[in-house]
Amino acid sequence: MIDICPLADLPPGEALRVATDPPIAVFHTEDGEVFAIDDTCSHQDASLADGWVEGCEVECPLHASRFDLRTGAVDAPPAKLPVRAHVVAVEDGLIRVELSTAKPNLPPDIRARLSGGASR
Amino acid sequence: MRRVAIVGASLAGLSAARALRAQGFDGKLVIVGDESRRPYDRPPLSKGFLVGDVAEADLALESDDDDLDADWLLGSPASRLDVACGAIELADGTRISADGVVLATGSRARRWPGGDQLAGVHVVRTVDDALALREDLRAGARLVVIGAGFVGAEVASTARTLGLEVTVVEAAPTPLAVQLGEQLGAVVSSAHTANGTTLICGVTVAGLTGEHRSLRAGVGPDRVTGVDLVDGRHLPADVVVVGIGGIPNVDWLHGSGLNLGNGVLCGAGGETTIPNVVAVGDCAAWHDEAHGVAHRVEHWTGAFERPATAVATLLAGGSHHGGAVRAPYFWSDQYGTRIQFAGATRDGDEVTVEEGSCDDRCFLAAYRRDDRLVAVLAVDQPRSFARWRRQLATAPARV
Repeated sequence: MIDICPLADLPPGEALRVATDPPIAVFHTEDGEVFAIDDTCSHQDASLADGWVEGCEVECPLHASRFDLRTGAVDAPPAKLPVRAHVVAVEDGLIRVELSTAKPNLPPDIRARLSGGASR
Repeated sequence: MRRVAIVGASLAGLSAARALRAQGFDGKLVIVGDESRRPYDRPPLSKGFLVGDVAEADLALESDDDDLDADWLLGSPASRLDVACGAIELADGTRISADGVVLATGSRARRWPGGDQLAGVHVVRTVDDALALREDLRAGARLVVIGAGFVGAEVASTARTLGLEVTVVEAAPTPLAVQLGEQLGAVVSSAHTANGTTLICGVTVAGLTGEHRSLRAGVGPDRVTGVDLVDGRHLPADVVVVGIGGIPNVDWLHGSGLNLGNGVLCGAGGETTIPNVVAVGDCAAWHDEAHGVAHRVEHWTGAFERPATAVATLLAGGSHHGGAVRAPYFWSDQYGTRIQFAGATRDGDEVTVEEGSCDDRCFLAAYRRDDRLVAVLAVDQPRSFARWRRQLATAPARV
């Protein structure tokens, strides 16, 4: 489990990008639930923490792919692959996240950058 | 409606196929494409794919979940639409019958006259275009980009990361003025100079210069050597990219009875003058109620979103009952910054920087007309942009 921040510091409707590797996005929905998924859209390099949240879905700020905050599943294209969902616990007013051990579906441009691709 | 043919197998065509199935069409579906490839994403062709970070397989638009149950006829363009017979003819002689047609033939890159005869002169529209250009983008080479629009600017940016010397020539006094207005067009395009690209504006290109193959070792076509400007300057070049817009692929529709202008002229829901024919994507000029004219919207998002509206129109027998479509939206990645724009602007709109600063090229600007928000531009402000874009959606512009 990693400590994210006090729940009070993340008001409902807000999201936080956490610089884990790869980064994750923590959402506090208007309904008061807290979710964590991978921050980088599986389609192209964009931060889902910057996206638009409606209910239990986040819409990617770049191309409007939608992901289910509970599972990371793709609800609307152009993304083809899910992002990982991470287990969240709120303990003593503190948001904590257990990072998934599954392999992340990073977008191709990020994958290339991490592997020292042609442009680097 | 039992048989629908979608003519065009790129983003708009695929989106139309998905929409047909999502909206309950369970008849036969045929998808025609002039390229031999399955639908692929074009925006990376001037960026990640061009540089080699994004592989061809990554461009695929279809996912494993797509269950379109369609017949794909790829590799031959449509050559004739015969509405009376409900038939589409392809250039290879194939004849398809259909009682519903979605036109999604897209657009092609406008080329420089004679440029096709010179090696080293490129456009960027297809995977093959990008693969050919990639071969020529060698560090130290001199690249001249004709046109400082989005494709030209992205290619220039990519070429800088690959170590080329880059010059961009733009005929207009300010790049992107049509899309972003003079003031912010200048701000956004200042990234060229800041990143070592030479930007020449307000001068048109007189022609390309080439070296005759007899003067070179080996064989092959003549090769480009530079670009002549009308003011007498000569820009030496090893590679030239022509980024001067697109031409809608509607030539094959002459004589079909459709109303053609700059694209297939459509109503506000993609309907044409023929009840069982709709048009989507780059080839279609939908009536824009806010501006009172039909015009093409050559953006990815239009090709992605609007087919659902057009398919609803088609399935309703050619009449559009839906609401207004979302405001146009596009993005561009240049020199490590992300540009996002939604809405439409024109001369006289009031522009205010709401967040950040133009000097840092990290800002959000709002465009207003008669105190009404009509457009939003963000440079590296994706979160704010998402919120502002929502405001735009709820405040449709009216003239």
